[in-house]
Parts: sequence; C-alpha cells; structure tokens
Amino acid sequence: MLKGRMIQGCRAIAEAVTLCRPKVISAYPITPQTLIVEELASMVAEGELKTEFINVEGEHSAASLVLGASATGVRVFTATSSQGLLYMAEVVFNIAGMRLPVVMINANRSVSAPLNIWTDQQDSMSVRDSGWLQLYAENNQEACDLILQAYKIAEDHRVMLPVMVCVDGFVLPHAFEVVDLPTQEDADAFLPPYQPLYRLDPDDPYTMGAFAEPDKYMETRYMIQRTMEASIPIIEEVASDFKRAFGRPSGGLFEKYRVDDASTVVVALGSMAGTIKDAVDELRNRGESVGVLRLITYRPLPKEALYEALKGAQNIVVMEKALSLGNSAPVATELRSVFHGRPASPRISGFVIGLGGRDVTVDDAKAAIARAQQQLVDMEFIGIRTDLELEGINA
Amino acid sequence: MPELVKERDKYADHLLCSGHTACPGCGQSLAARLVVRAAGRNIIIVNSTGCLEIFSSKYPESAWEVPWLHSLFQNTAAVASGVEAALIALGRLDKVRVIAQGGDGSSFDIGFGAISGMFERGHDILYICYDNEAYMNTGIQRSGSTPTYARTTTSPPGRVSLGNPKPKKDLPQIAAAHGIPYVATATVGYPMDLDRKVRKALSIRGPKYLQIHVPCPLGWGTDPSRTIDYARLAVNTGLYPLYEVEDGVTKAQRIPRRAPVEEYLKGQVRFRHLFEGAGRKEEIAEIQKIADRNIERFGLIAE
Repeated sequence: MLKGRMIQGCRAIAEAVTLCRPKVISAYPITPQTLIVEELASMVAEGELKTEFINVEGEHSAASLVLGASATGVRVFTATSSQGLLYMAEVVFNIAGMRLPVVMINANRSVSAPLNIWTDQQDSMSVRDSGWLQLYAENNQEACDLILQAYKIAEDHRVMLPVMVCVDGFVLPHAFEVVDLPTQEDADAFLPPYQPLYRLDPDDPYTMGAFAEPDKYMETRYMIQRTMEASIPIIEEVASDFKRAFGRPSGGLFEKYRVDDASTVVVALGSMAGTIKDAVDELRNRGESVGVLRLITYRPLPKEALYEALKGAQNIVVMEKALSLGNSAPVATELRSVFHGRPASPRISGFVIGLGGRDVTVDDAKAAIARAQQQLVDMEFIGIRTDLELEGINA
Repeated sequence: MPELVKERDKYADHLLCSGHTACPGCGQSLAARLVVRAAGRNIIIVNSTGCLEIFSSKYPESAWEVPWLHSLFQNTAAVASGVEAALIALGRLDKVRVIAQGGDGSSFDIGFGAISGMFERGHDILYICYDNEAYMNTGIQRSGSTPTYARTTTSPPGRVSLGNPKPKKDLPQIAAAHGIPYVATATVGYPMDLDRKVRKALSIRGPKYLQIHVPCPLGWGTDPSRTIDYARLAVNTGLYPLYEVEDGVTKAQRIPRRAPVEEYLKGQVRFRHLFEGAGRKEEIAEIQKIADRNIERFGLIAE
C-alpha cells in the first residue's frame, strides 16, 4: 500500500520545511514559488510553525536577511524563482563565500525577456558557479526528501556550504501527488538542531566577511572547490542515512533507470525524467537498449560516478531545459568534459527542450533519442515550431 | 564571561582598535570609534562595503573587538534585519543591540530600498550613516548626498559645469517619514552630542536612524588636522543642521556662533572652483540660501 497523503506540492514542501524547524524564514513573492511561502505564512499564522517569518521588499533583501540570521547561528530558509534568483544572485555568491549553510527552494522558471512564468531551468543553471550545492527533484516526494537532506548536508561541518533544492515550477509545487512525510519525531532524529561553527556573539566576537587581497582571495575559492569535491561522498552518506531512517531510498548523486545494460542513455534533470522514463519503457518494449540517468546532484558535479555509470554506453543523449546562448547547453558541455581524455568515449549529443514551460512529450524524447542514434548532435532544439513567423529572428 | 573578555572591558574605549588603515584625519574612523564606545560591548555590527569596512577588516587582521559582519554594499539593513530576527528566535534581543552602518553611498543610494524595508518592518536596529558626501572608497564619485556645487570625480566642474548640480537628498526627513521612533543628525565635530545621541538611540526599541557628518580630507581636499574644524563649520553655517526627531517631534541643537558659508567652503578643494577668478558670487549665495533655509526651518538661532 502506498503510504502518505494526496497533497499539493506546495503544501508538502512547506510541511517538509516545517519539519526542519527553521528559526528564520524570509522570502519575496514570485510565481511559481508563491504557493510555498503562502503555505508557510499560513502555518505561522495558525501557530503550527514557530519561526520569524519576514516579508521583505525584494529578493536581494530576502537572501540578505537569511544570510544575517544564519551568521547569527540559526537555521534559515528562503525560496525564490527566476528573476528573483537573478536579482539575489549577488547575495547567492556572497552566502557561499561566507560558508553559511542556507537552504533555498528554487521553483525553476524561465528568465525574461520575453516574460514567461513557466518552467525551465535557466535560472538555477545561471548561478551554477556560485558555490551552492544544487539538487534537482523529479517529484514532490523527492523535493520533500531533499529538503531534509539539504540541511543535513549544508550544516555538516565538513561542508558548511549553502544548498539549493530545485523543483520545476508549476509541475511540482502546483501538482497534487501522494507524498509520505515523516513524523516530527523521526525528522528530528534525522536532522538534529543546527550547531554553528562560528556565529555573531558578543561573548566571543568574530569578524565575518573580512576583505581579502590577492595573496589571500584565491585560497578561499580553492577551499570551496575542495569542499565541493569532498561533499560528493557526504551527499551519498546523507542519502544512506535517509534510507536507514525512513526505509526508502531518496536523493544521492543520480538515479539510474534501466541504465546498466543500455547502449543509449538519456541524461536529464528534474520532472521531465518521468516522461523520458515512459519513452524508455516504450523503446525497451520494442527491443531497444535504452535507459535514463537522472542527475540529482548537479553541483558538485559527480564526475567520477558519472563516468563509471555511463562508460558502457555508446550514445549519451542529454536533454535539458537550459542553454548557454552562444555555445551549447550546460549539462551536455559538462558531460563531454567528464569523458575528455578517458578510455571510454561515448557519443554525447545535446538537446534543448521544453523552454519556457513548453510540454516535453514522450514523442519529443523518442525524437531526440532517434536523432542522436543517427549522428552526433552538438546541440539542437527539440520541438521548434515551424508554423510561426519568427519575424527576422531565424530568417 | 571569559577572563579575557573581562580583561578587555577595561579597554572598552578601544572596541574599534587603532592600527587600522584609515587615512590621517579620517572623520569616519573617529566617529565610528565614538559610536562603538558609546554603544559598548553587547552589540552586533553589520557594516556595508566602503572605507570603514576596508580599513578595519583586512584579512587576517581586524580592528573590531565586537562581533562584526560585512556582506555587501547595498544589503546591510537587510542583513541586520536577519541578525535581529535570529536574536529574537534565540531569545537574546534583550541583551544584544544591533547596529547597521554604512556610508552615504550605501545609505542614500544603493542600499536605500533595504533601509526603507528595515524601517517599515520595525526591526529593533540602529542604522548609522557616516555621511562624507561622496563615494570616497572608490575615489570620490558623486552620491545622492553630495552637496550643491561640490566637485567630485563624476561631477567635475568644467567649462559648462560648476560641479554637482543638485542639492543633497534629505535622508533624515525621509527616514522620519517612515514614522520610526528616533531620527537624528550628528557630527564628528561635536563628540559629546554624538555620544549622547548614540546612547539615546540604543535606549529606544524599534528602528532608529542616525546620520553623522564626517569630513573626508582626501575627498574634500582639506587638511587632515582640520577635520573637526570643518565638521563644526558645517553645523555653524547651518549647512548641516543637528536635530532629533523623536516620535515625530523635532528638536534642533542651536548654533552657538553663526558663520557665513564662505568660511566653510573656501578651504575645501571640492569647492575651490567657486572662488577662482572673479569668484562665483551667485552660486555661493545659493549655498548661503540653503544654510539660511535650514536655520529658519529648524530654528537654529536663538530668537
């Protein structure tokens, strides 16, 4: 029997946040993140969540406020999306540089112009170099599980870096699914109270956010890079702890679906992996040797584990909801770097799909797979409409 | 409390220690030391990017004997709001006061939205603006606080320019318009008045705004030994009125001896172009009018 309740994603995510007992929450409304913070606000209003819930005048301040609270030694939460994430980008980098274990939900949404409120992953991909760990959820169950894991990873004294949990906007927070949430007691056992390494305290005064000259700055970046690398086994460790505590697997570096004997493997992030799994099942029924590797941990990029998982494939088909305008798409580019100069050299094709909330269908996935099986594709768009006059854009 | 901290309490005068890298005659460093001396040890300071941050916190050194955090240029009021919220969550706000501080660039311009948010939400924070009337840390560029006709590197006088064309933004009045319990202006030129205002501000719960006029010898082109003189002249000309707005009621400090604005302007390189050749009598008269208006508006001269 399926455990859990039929519940809207935003409510489930808010309840998962509540289970983590954040002491300070600050956010600024932006579609499609709003439902999550509305749920949290109503929990505070009903007395179900004891936290300082602070509505601010913009995302730059939301991120800054949780930065200050985290530096004072309490667990914090914020959530944003799209323009909001870009508006707070400066603070996003600053939080990581200051080694503060902030946890944020980003409801993935496209970036303007043109204005579009629907999902793709351009927003979080644009801050991939900021020093935040990035975890991508496929469904609401995983989103909730990753929130609990995110705090445990971020606050681990071997890590002390912020974690962004990415959920595809609308597809997750607005959808109703069955979600199994732990009891408060079990959540507390899994995630003990935050123990800061340093905090602002008159009894033991520290100077935080000092400035560093050229003879010091580079070492601070080096230390974050080393920590990123060292956090890969910690992410796996926390996923194992989670399985032990709650009796079901969730999180970790990536999920392999029918990958081990597959000659063609699709790599994707987030909710569209569900659709791709359906395409894989159809193709498997026709005798094709296809699988999908769903990347959960995008930062740090688990290069060794990806190499081991994918080295048996002949074709790798990266499908992603983001691109680097003027080059190709980020995940495909990075996966090519994983295989560069190594014995295994699968063909790695890249496809951009589903931007600005366009549906990703089983047929889209099959089309990308078929195309990549024919030839190497550097980067192509799947599903570009030919019936639109793109007035001078593609003339 | 650890022994070391008790020992250090004897030296509470030096919560901002010497050995930092401020310029000779820096008005801001002196004012910041007076502020932290008045505030005492049980504080947390959040500091904007700027001269004060740079000269006091070069890793691995720090001039601060109190907990101190610098994040960015424009988010100080928001970071301080988070510090205050965390202190509430920890049940420690009764013992620890929060001070947010920055220069006029971060307060008048880039961080203004965050300050307005902090005021409107009612955080128990003293926000201090050290006002030296331009972006000094980046090399003397014009800010919203730069006074009329002042020379900066981005408002230089030239054949068709007389320097900064616009009057100084009235941030204390904008702060007061938020309805916060305490707004005051002060100057490094009158340290006892400054000390009193810091202590008073910290005795009041809720958001407070204190704007301190701090001459910058480098940016103003003044002799480092005359920082206090210029700070006092700014007050005594009427150009920098000292007043408090407590629960909406304004109380100004009277001027002991009224000085004409020329006395304040003429020794400063930033106003030198007003005295070159035949001199700019009209423009100086315009500045005198600003001073006269302040004197009238705040009742700075005893009737």
